[in-house]
Amino acid sequence: MISQLVFILTLAVFTFFIRKRILFISRGIRLGKEVTLTGSVNERIKNVLLVAFGQKKMFKRFIPAILHLFIYVGFVVINLEVLEFIVDGIAGTHRIFAPLLGGFYGILMNVFEFLAVAVLMACVFFLVRRNVLKVPRFWSAEMTSWPRLDANIILIVEIILMVAILTMNAADQLLQTQDASYPQTGTLFFTSFLIPVLQSFDLTNLIIIERFAWWFHIVGIFAFALYVTYSKHLHIFMAFPNTYFARLEPKGQINNMPVVTHEVKSMLGLAEASNTNAVPGRFGAKDINDLSWTNLMASYACTECGRCTSECPANLTGKKLSPRKIMMDTRDRMEEVIKSMDAGGPGLSDGKALLGDYITKEEINACTSCNACVEACPVLINPLEIILELRRYVAMEESGSPASWNAMFQNIETNFAPWKFSTGDRFNWANELK
Amino acid sequence: MKVPTLAELTARGESPEVVFWVGCAGSFDDRYKRVTRAFVKILEAVGTKYAVLGTEETCTGDPARRAGNEFLFQMQAMNNIQVLNGYGVKKIVTACPHCFNTLKNEYPELGGNYDVIHHSTFLQQLIAEGKIKISDASSFKGKKVTYHDSCYLGRANAIYEAPRAVLEALDVDLVEMKRCRTTGLCCGAGGAQMFKDAEKGKKEINIERTEEALSTGALTIAVACPFCMTMMTDGVKNKEKESEVKVKDLAELIAEAQGLT
Repeated sequence: MISQLVFILTLAVFTFFIRKRILFISRGIRLGKEVTLTGSVNERIKNVLLVAFGQKKMFKRFIPAILHLFIYVGFVVINLEVLEFIVDGIAGTHRIFAPLLGGFYGILMNVFEFLAVAVLMACVFFLVRRNVLKVPRFWSAEMTSWPRLDANIILIVEIILMVAILTMNAADQLLQTQDASYPQTGTLFFTSFLIPVLQSFDLTNLIIIERFAWWFHIVGIFAFALYVTYSKHLHIFMAFPNTYFARLEPKGQINNMPVVTHEVKSMLGLAEASNTNAVPGRFGAKDINDLSWTNLMASYACTECGRCTSECPANLTGKKLSPRKIMMDTRDRMEEVIKSMDAGGPGLSDGKALLGDYITKEEINACTSCNACVEACPVLINPLEIILELRRYVAMEESGSPASWNAMFQNIETNFAPWKFSTGDRFNWANELK
Repeated sequence: MKVPTLAELTARGESPEVVFWVGCAGSFDDRYKRVTRAFVKILEAVGTKYAVLGTEETCTGDPARRAGNEFLFQMQAMNNIQVLNGYGVKKIVTACPHCFNTLKNEYPELGGNYDVIHHSTFLQQLIAEGKIKISDASSFKGKKVTYHDSCYLGRANAIYEAPRAVLEALDVDLVEMKRCRTTGLCCGAGGAQMFKDAEKGKKEINIERTEEALSTGALTIAVACPFCMTMMTDGVKNKEKESEVKVKDLAELIAEAQGLT
């Protein structure tokens, strides 16, 4: 009875904090501008199924894709067992589904155990890749101490949780032989290897071990769920909406600015009579509220894998630009703004901005708009969209583009070509054919 | 050979099958003017009824938009759309992937709706239709050629196969670089980089890419974009390989194989 109350209270406390954090993040995302979704819903659903559920883009790099697949499937499937944990916890039962499912329960447990072992091994491999093999994309400039620690915490916690569940099952196997009140699960392949380790314990100690592992696992899961909302690991949820809301236009197409279209049309005397007196907002983006809410959401879908950066031609050749950093900065600035707003502080008007305080002009100017980052992202994040919006602000609000670009603009204005050639000479190439 | 302009055709009450959008590089850059002429020779040889805008053509606005100057881009776009719509243009072919992308994807929202095709796809179609026949004695037969994907054709518009089909028609020994198609490495000139110096770094992007192209052992680097042409040519010069390794546009290779030069 007491344990039921403790369980319900624990569940309530974690639900409260997780909900609070979700509301915090959604307040941030809602600071972004509205977007009009184009293209077909079917196409969007297809992206969610293939890219998020199906992990299609992960498989561009096979080894991490396989390891990731184990963890992903493990996460999804082992959560079915968590369902039983929660029912047992509330109802004060033990393995409530075992008598209901009969022999099938044992099969399920064996599947869960296989996945638990696979997750455990994958996490160990990932830790080795990060910390021993030092795969370069996990050690580049923006991977400062927190992002590196965050990644390691996630992997270590997952290993510990898997060890807990395996220990629990092993103890339970022994208890089944000693106490008839324990529902029979049949032999569990993986934990049968752990039984010799636990065999020397007496009944009381086995009960303690089983109960401790059970509580450790479920409270660990709750705590991890809360941690995830503060971590890059949030991609496990945000990847799904992000693939749904990803742009469907050809990658080369840059978003139009209707405000500018209106102004240009009136300058050219083409404008339809319009009674919109809406004051155009800022041109381009200086801070997070100038970006679309989908850009902001994408920053929470980023798990800092760095595939974008590892294929960015600017980054590869030693320039400061890193598409991953663009996403991390967007997220960090958003967190800073909401924290300030929640504390009754100045929020967006804190004298700081995404452009300047987080992302420098040197970074955005180095982009070749080659879309390698967009193509590389396993969850369809588009760092290029943000870069181009920042460039728009610099060019149109600050006139702060590099001098050579300003010269190029001037050439287009006066000679209708980006180089300083006269319009009259445009057709001279044909002279040699005469 | 007299290159027909749209104005002349219209004055005669005629209209072309396709308008050849030359682009600024194709009009002014000495190296790419040769590609423009090669493509015109092909158009003439296969008897396509085409026309150019001549001095009426202006920058599509691509570099302005990518550098963030949306006003300038839209001014250019509106002016071009007025000219094109004024002539009732339906179909456009261009040898520049940047012009191609802008005309095809970005003009519709501003009122310019055309059937836009890149010259690599156009050449592929001519070959498929049998209008361009490559003889067995093609001077390129069995020669090692590598193809450098243009970002604005490839990732930007998912055109990976047309340029390769053109090269295969020449019966060349096509050797791919490790980074090709969706993972092709940029030449370094897109996104208006063509018009400014690179930011501080440890290497120029075009050198990185040229080294990769040279490592294939190909003596011809095939390109399909004026900016890639400049960057790869500079890269080959930087490596002092210009006497052995040539950077050629697809249209030039076809024109050469057809004896049109």
